[in-house]
Amino acid sequence: MMDVPWNDFYPLLWEGLKVTVEVAVLSALAALVLSLVIGLCRVSKFKTVRIISQICTEVFRGLPLLVLLFWVYFALPFLGVEFDKVTSAVVAIGLNYGAFGSEIVRSAILAVPNGQSEAARALNFSPLQRMIYIILPQAALRMLPPFGNLMIELIKGTSLIYFITLSDLTYQALILRNNFLSMTPYIFLLLLLIYFVLSSFVSVTVRLLERKLAAGRL
Amino acid sequence: MWNWEYAWSILPDLIAALKTTFWATFGGFIFAAIGGLILAMLGRSPIWIVRAVNRLIIEFIRNTPLLVQLFFLYFYILPTMFPTAPTALVSGIIGLGIHYSTYMSEVYRSGIDAVPKGQWEAAKALNFSRTKTWSTIILPQALPPTLPVMGNYLIVIFKETPLLSAITLVEVLTTAKNAISISYRPFEAYTLVGVLFLIISYVFSVLVRMMEIRLNREQSASSGTDSSSKPQSGGKGRLDKEVKQQA
Repeated sequence: MMDVPWNDFYPLLWEGLKVTVEVAVLSALAALVLSLVIGLCRVSKFKTVRIISQICTEVFRGLPLLVLLFWVYFALPFLGVEFDKVTSAVVAIGLNYGAFGSEIVRSAILAVPNGQSEAARALNFSPLQRMIYIILPQAALRMLPPFGNLMIELIKGTSLIYFITLSDLTYQALILRNNFLSMTPYIFLLLLLIYFVLSSFVSVTVRLLERKLAAGRL
Repeated sequence: MWNWEYAWSILPDLIAALKTTFWATFGGFIFAAIGGLILAMLGRSPIWIVRAVNRLIIEFIRNTPLLVQLFFLYFYILPTMFPTAPTALVSGIIGLGIHYSTYMSEVYRSGIDAVPKGQWEAAKALNFSRTKTWSTIILPQALPPTLPVMGNYLIVIFKETPLLSAITLVEVLTTAKNAISISYRPFEAYTLVGVLFLIISYVFSVLVRMMEIRLNREQSASSGTDSSSKPQSGGKGRLDKEVKQQA
């Protein structure tokens, strides 16, 4: 334990951490926006919108993230759409987790009691107002815990960008391992610990947010 | 752009490679089902230190990436544990199994929690041993409602198998990569891989849904004559919510 060159590990892992956090934040934003959009389409009153959004969910949920990532990064250029590595990663991760998230949004909206919607209608709220002022604020509280879990899954999912040679934490750790082969267990343990801290950060934030949002509510 | 001739030429190889993918899926699933049950039962241990360590292990494995765990297992833990390093397939099964046993343990836990407390008390009153309580009273009631959720995890594990290409397992994705390294045509190969995964996970999910409907029907049929199964169907509702969160 004494002769582990921890100080040689940190610079590379720090570089990797920056890439991991960058991709995680960007794809989390993409996933959140997508889940809200697709989730709202899933409860639309137009049947076509509902069906199309459901097909989107099924496709992007049914594809393994790694296959989706490879498809976006390696196959899409053949259709004339070429993204750089970070954009490909954000698109693939955003689509995949956005599809899971849309299911959370949909079930949270459907879980808001019908009386709320009826009361809003009785008070002459327009459908848009009904959604923004009445339904979504109540649904948001229900969405929070599952979205927290989804974000942790998303952070774990960012490790896959190593496959398209983005220099994230996992990638840097494997380089370190090549340089210090005898230190393999320490490098991997440190790597796992960093990921654990990252996801704990998310779960603590979600818990705090939940307490704040739930204040003054039944 | 899309070359059918080329697509047809690589399809047989991809389908043949599905065999490895299925082995990894079912191997990992069975490992996770057994491991998850052990973790869930340890979580009910009367000794608090066992419960605490169990919780810590579950949280740590759940909150760290499967990919890193696979690397750790394949490059370090397994080769140092065994005189001859296990193959990529065995390592992959162990890795998937360990990772998803922590998820499965939560499924079992919700099933076990849904068994009414009176059942435990009755078992104690009738002087059942701990093993006997688990095997004849608790598990037969706790397990059936969890089956659809477990089915969903089978699909999840199936969709994680492409990660095993990182530890040199020649499954569908690796086969596609190999084909591409000869032809330089990623479009057809990766599209076919995606379509294969979509079709198979869709078929699985239809099967799981059918199982769920059947299970619900059996349960409502039994609750008509036996009022004691009502709390169980309440537990079922809780399970459903959990599936939606995780699926």
